[in-house]
Amino acid sequence: MSEKLHEPDFPAAEAIDAPEEPVETRTGLNIVVCIKQVPDSAQIRVHPVTNTIMRQGVPTIINPYDLFALEEAMRLRDDYGGTVTVLTMGPPMAEDALRRALGLGADKAVLITDRRFAGSDTLATSFALTSALTKLAEEAPIDIVFTGKQTIDGDTAQVGPGIARRMGLNQLTYVSAIDSLETEAATITVRRRSEGGVQVLQSKLPCLITMLEDTNHLRRGTLQDMLRAARAPLTVWSADDAGIEDPMKCGLRGSPTVVKRVFAPQPRAEKAEMVAVEGKTPAQIGDAILDVLFAKSPKLEADVSAKITA
Amino acid sequence: MPAEHFDAIVVGAGPSGNAAAYTMGKAGLNVLQIDRGEYPGSKNVQGAILYADALERIIPDFRETAPLERHVVEQRFWMLSEKSHTGTHHRSDTFNEEKPNRYTILRAQFDKWFSKQVREAGVTLITETTVTELVKNEVGKVIGVLTDREGGPVYADVVVLAEGVNGLVGQRSGLRSEIKPQHVALAVKETHFLPEETVRERFNLADEDEGVVIEVLGSVSSGMVGTGFLYTNKESISIGVGCLVADFAREKIPPYELLDRFKNHPSVKPLLKGAEMKEYVAHLIPEGGYDAIPQLTGDGWLIVGDAGQFVNAVHREGSNLAMTSGRLAGESLIALKAQGLPATNENLKLYRDALEDSVVIKDLKKYRKIPGLLEKNRQLFTTYPALLNRSMNAFLRVDGRDKRSKEAEILKGLKTARGNWLNVAFDMLKLARAWR
Repeated sequence: MSEKLHEPDFPAAEAIDAPEEPVETRTGLNIVVCIKQVPDSAQIRVHPVTNTIMRQGVPTIINPYDLFALEEAMRLRDDYGGTVTVLTMGPPMAEDALRRALGLGADKAVLITDRRFAGSDTLATSFALTSALTKLAEEAPIDIVFTGKQTIDGDTAQVGPGIARRMGLNQLTYVSAIDSLETEAATITVRRRSEGGVQVLQSKLPCLITMLEDTNHLRRGTLQDMLRAARAPLTVWSADDAGIEDPMKCGLRGSPTVVKRVFAPQPRAEKAEMVAVEGKTPAQIGDAILDVLFAKSPKLEADVSAKITA
Repeated sequence: MPAEHFDAIVVGAGPSGNAAAYTMGKAGLNVLQIDRGEYPGSKNVQGAILYADALERIIPDFRETAPLERHVVEQRFWMLSEKSHTGTHHRSDTFNEEKPNRYTILRAQFDKWFSKQVREAGVTLITETTVTELVKNEVGKVIGVLTDREGGPVYADVVVLAEGVNGLVGQRSGLRSEIKPQHVALAVKETHFLPEETVRERFNLADEDEGVVIEVLGSVSSGMVGTGFLYTNKESISIGVGCLVADFAREKIPPYELLDRFKNHPSVKPLLKGAEMKEYVAHLIPEGGYDAIPQLTGDGWLIVGDAGQFVNAVHREGSNLAMTSGRLAGESLIALKAQGLPATNENLKLYRDALEDSVVIKDLKKYRKIPGLLEKNRQLFTTYPALLNRSMNAFLRVDGRDKRSKEAEILKGLKTARGNWLNVAFDMLKLARAWR
């Protein structure tokens, strides 16, 4: 257990329970970055006739937040040695995302793909990824698992913490910077953005880190990275290969989340009312706003008056 | 690590680059294709009509897997004036053949498919990488390329420049001059979405596979050298207009304004009614014709596609000529490789001869004089289409005047418009000669 404050301005750092068992000493870090291939939401189109999302022809990209995780992982690798493996669950075409990550400089890529994964919610996704991570850890223990803070298509920010919980890893969410890493002591010190300030947290390895956006600058892979990315064989695992024994925990069957309805928000019929502010004091403007509100909702006026008199 | 050596490097993943890379990859050559786009084809823009023949010679069974919109059963040709159009239609059930001749396509989807075929043929593709320069050896032979990525040059026996209309690598490497504004058109296009049934009904089509193409000349180009077009896709309409860059610069008409006018023309507006515009693209088209073709081969390099100005502006053919030139380049390089011959300028005569003997150069030669003619005879885009519409209008209107007076008036209009009969005769003669 450890706690330290780097700068007095920051609110008190929280202590984090670290696993007690010692990490075996090896050369270099074994880092796995979980990424997701998502439709480029900047180019997504809603079918003008059926009002459904048109995925056809919409380019897919690596979830932008995941790229900050990947870059941070590669920085640690460059400083301390080791390997960065990218892992994703998705349809066969998710291979494109993995190859892109290799072109950026990742060392290895693993795709877990299976019809049985279709329709996974965050619970089933974290289950499948955890199975693959556990399988990967059989080759060499994993020091750090990285994810982005959330995806741009699901926006839940649940998969990273889900993996941490299932694997019993310390979870460092919304990390904005990694201050230091002590390989001997197997500890890492990070900054975590939270409401009202920045926490400086130290944790034992292994751990799971979800990276915030705009925390680093993504590198451009070299020509050799690109050539390797275009030709490297990918590790592709089915559910069985990933060591999943209980298919009931995968895909739609393992997903308690139900999407009840998808809809585009309707524009409000009511037009905004402008309150003139020119030449008025703040108090007058306040009164003018109240007048407008009370005119729209006499009940509100009655309630407020009742409260004031009481 | 020793620098890698490929049999060929193809610069660009457009139709010509894909055709060249596919042809060589299929024959077992070790090919590297480099594209600057985010994904292969992300920079590619076209009307777009796919002419089946050129692709069929590269991938015979393309119809089974390629994303095609509608095959063309009807071609309309319009002469446009401010409020009217006069034109011809050609519709034929023979176009409903087993293997149709022309298709409308959406390039975003088509190019993705084409690139997949190229990679499956064994070609190594890298994207988001710009070739900045050609690497030459001590005697000036091109032996590789430098890119905007770290990691040094990558080497090959030959570099195929399929880099598109601007030819920037060729320019930077001193192989060619900058493209001239009178040799290049700027085309803008929008894609408007409509329900499939609406497209079908509006254009009198039997099913979701039949399509109509409209090519437009006249007021659509506002006096500039250019044309407009409207193509039917399955659930959308592609509409665009293109004019010479030199003309845009002189007339100072913004391209989007020209397209807006076209869209609001009374003959066009009802066709787009209720549609939702979802895409706006612009691209340059090489239209200088035969006389604008740059040097096509050198020691260790050759040019294919738009970079070679292989566009037939009269027939709106470009991507097919690009694919054909790419295929011929690929076949020539395969033959050289088989004979153990280096890709010197001398040996690349094989490619130059194949081009000369193909539809690419034959057609460009045929219309050699057209670009110059159009540039100097703008009345073909203004006076004649307007006159034709006025004449048709007068001819059809029943207003109590006798027919002989009407005909005389029409003929007088023609003579007045061009000053005298001699000019009219000259126009016809010039057009006929250039066409021949």
